Amino acid sequence: MKATRFGRNAAIAVLAVGALALTACGSDNATGAAPAATPSAAAVKVTGTLTGIGASSTGAAMDAWKAAFASANPGATVQYSPDGSGAGRKAILDGSAQFAGSDAYLSDAELATSKTKCGTDGAINIPVYVSPIAVAFNIPNVKDLKLDATTVAKIFRGQITNWNDPAIAALNAGVTLPDLKVTPVNRSDDSGTTQNFTDYLAAAAPSVWTDKAAGVWPASLKGENAKGTSGVVKTVTDTPGAVTYADDSAVSGKLGTAQIKVGSDFVKISAAAAAKAVELGKPVAGRPTGDLSIKLDRTTTDSSAYPVVLVSYHVVCTTYDKKETADLVKAFESYVVSDAGQQAAAGSAKSAPLSKALQDKAKAAVDSIKAKA
Amino acid sequence: MTTNSLTTSQGAGRAGDKVFSGATLAAGCLILAVLFGVALFLVIQAIPALVAPPADIQGGHGFFAYIGPIVVGTLIAAVIALVIATPVAIGVALFISHYAPRRLASGLGYVVDLLAAIPSVVYGAWGAAFLAPQISPAYGWLASNMGWLPIFQGPASATGKTILTASIVLSVMVLPIITSLSREIFLQTPKLHEEAALALGATRWEMIKIAVLPFGRPGIVSAIMLGLGRALGETMAVALVLSSGALTASLIQSGNQTIAAEIALNFPEASGLKVSTLIAAGLVLFVITLGVNMIARWIISRHKEFSGAN
Repeated sequence: MKATRFGRNAAIAVLAVGALALTACGSDNATGAAPAATPSAAAVKVTGTLTGIGASSTGAAMDAWKAAFASANPGATVQYSPDGSGAGRKAILDGSAQFAGSDAYLSDAELATSKTKCGTDGAINIPVYVSPIAVAFNIPNVKDLKLDATTVAKIFRGQITNWNDPAIAALNAGVTLPDLKVTPVNRSDDSGTTQNFTDYLAAAAPSVWTDKAAGVWPASLKGENAKGTSGVVKTVTDTPGAVTYADDSAVSGKLGTAQIKVGSDFVKISAAAAAKAVELGKPVAGRPTGDLSIKLDRTTTDSSAYPVVLVSYHVVCTTYDKKETADLVKAFESYVVSDAGQQAAAGSAKSAPLSKALQDKAKAAVDSIKAKA
Repeated sequence: MTTNSLTTSQGAGRAGDKVFSGATLAAGCLILAVLFGVALFLVIQAIPALVAPPADIQGGHGFFAYIGPIVVGTLIAAVIALVIATPVAIGVALFISHYAPRRLASGLGYVVDLLAAIPSVVYGAWGAAFLAPQISPAYGWLASNMGWLPIFQGPASATGKTILTASIVLSVMVLPIITSLSREIFLQTPKLHEEAALALGATRWEMIKIAVLPFGRPGIVSAIMLGLGRALGETMAVALVLSSGALTASLIQSGNQTIAAEIALNFPEASGLKVSTLIAAGLVLFVITLGVNMIARWIISRHKEFSGAN
C-alpha cells in the first residue's frame, strides 16, 4: 500500500521534472535563438565537462551562464571555482583549468608562459563582463552629487573631511550640503572592484592618488572598511556621511550615486555609458591576433562614457589538445559573448552588456579557437 | 602497551578487548597525525613568505613587519573579550550552581549552552548590522568625555565598526564556553567543604569565597583559556564586524586587524606569495594558540590535587 503510493508519487514527480525540463528547453530555444542559430554551435553537439577557475566578481553572471548553457546542451557542464583572478590565471597557465576568469588580462610574462600549454599562439583574453562602479554616498536629503576625479580621490584619502567642503560645493552649485563628517568606506577584502577603482583614481587624479592601483586598499590610509560589496553598502546605508565605491547593481535605489566629471560634463552612471567606456579603450599592444585585452582610457574626455568600470575577462587557450575540449570552450564562450549571454548576465548580475561591436570581435576571437591537428 | 593484568575473561572477550584497545590507539594516533600534518603543511607552505625579500611581502617591509601589528590586534581583541566575558560568565555559573532554584537553573543552563550553538556568521551579521550602528553614539560620548585616555582617543568611528565592537561580539561568543565549564566545576565542589563553611557561620557569599572559588580556580583558568582559544581563532564574526586598518591604540576608531579575519578576507583572491604570506600568518596563530593551551595545561597541573577535572 505504502509502496505503491510512493511509487505513484515518484512517477508523478518524474513526469513533473520531465515536463519542467521540456518547458525549459522550449523557452530556451525561443529566447536563446541567437546563440543556437550560430552555425558552429548548432552543428557541433558538445558534451563533457569544462573546468574554469577565477575571479569571484563574475560569480553571479557565471551562475546564469552555467545554468543556461547546461540546459541548452544536455550532457555538457561547466564548473567554475571562484578562487580569485590570480589563481585562475595560474590554473590556465599550468593546464589545470580550461579557462580562467580574471579581472586583469594576462601580463606579458604570463602570455609568454601560456605558450607551453596553449599552443604557439598562447592564450587570449576575451572581455565578458563589464560592470560600472558607483561612487555611492549617504547624505540626508541629498540624492545627487557631482564630483570630479580629484575630489573623489581627496574624499577617499581623507583630505576632504566634511561634506560642506568648498571643493565639493564648487562642483554642486544649488545643492545644500550639510555640515557632516565624511566617512569613506572601502572594501576590507582583496577585490577587483578596488583594483579598478584605484586604477581610475591613479590615472585620473595622479597628483592626489599617489598609490599604485591594487586589489587591496592602501594600508596607509585611514578610513572605515567592510567585507564584500554587500558589507560596504550596508555600512554606508547605516552611517550618515559615509561614502563608498561599489558595483552599481548593489547600490541602485538605496544610496545616492555621484555623477563623475568626464571632459567638461558630468556623466550619470549607466550600463550604456560603461559599455561605451570599454569601447573607447585601446587594444593592448603586442598581443596575438584575437586577443581583446583592453587598456581602459580612464582619462577619456568623451562625455558619453563612464570611465569607472570593471572589466572581467575569460582567458582561453588558442589551441587545445583535444577537439572535444576546444569545441566545448568555443560553444560556451560563444554563448557568453552572445547577446543572449550578455543579457542573461545583465539580468542576474546587472552588468553592462558588451557593445555590439565588441561582441562581434569577441565572437571572432572565440571562433579562432582550435584543437591540435 | 596496554595493561591486561586485570583481564579475566577468555576467548571472545579477549579478542574484543584487543580490537577495542587497537581502535582507541588508532584514534589517539590519528589525532596526532592530523595535528602533525597540519603543522607540516603550514610550515612548508609558509616558507616562501619567510624567505622572500622583504619588499615582495605585502606592505613592503617583510613578513614580521606585516604580521606584528596583526598579532597585537588579535591579542587586543581576545583579551578585551575575556575581560568582558569572564566576570559575567563566572557570575552566571555561580548563579546557576548555587543561587538559582533548581528548575530555573536547568533552564538557564540550557539557554546559555544555546548561545554556543549560534553560528559565528550570525554573530557577525548581528554585530555589523545591529550592534555597530547602535553603539556608535556611545563611542562619540567616550571620545568627547574620556578622550584623554589613549584607548578612547577621538575622533570616534562614525560606523561603530571598531575593535571594541568586535571584542563585545567575541565576548558574547566565548561566554557560553566559560559559563558551562565553570558551572560544571562549581557543582563538583565537595559538599563537605561547603557545609563546613556554612557550619562555621559563613554567609553564602563567604562560603563561595572560601570553599567554591578556591576549589574551582584551576578549572576557571582552563575555562578562560578555552575561551581565549575561541576568541583568538574567531574569523567570520571579526571579518564582518571590524573595519580593519593599521594598529591603533584607540579602541573606538576603526583600525587593527586579527589574524583569522585577515586570512579570511584576503585568501579568496590571493595567489602566489600572497598565499604563502597568509598561510604563514596562520602558522603564527597556530603557534600562539598552542602556547596558550600549554600555559593553561601548566596552570592546571600546578593545582592538580584541587582540580575539578579529576
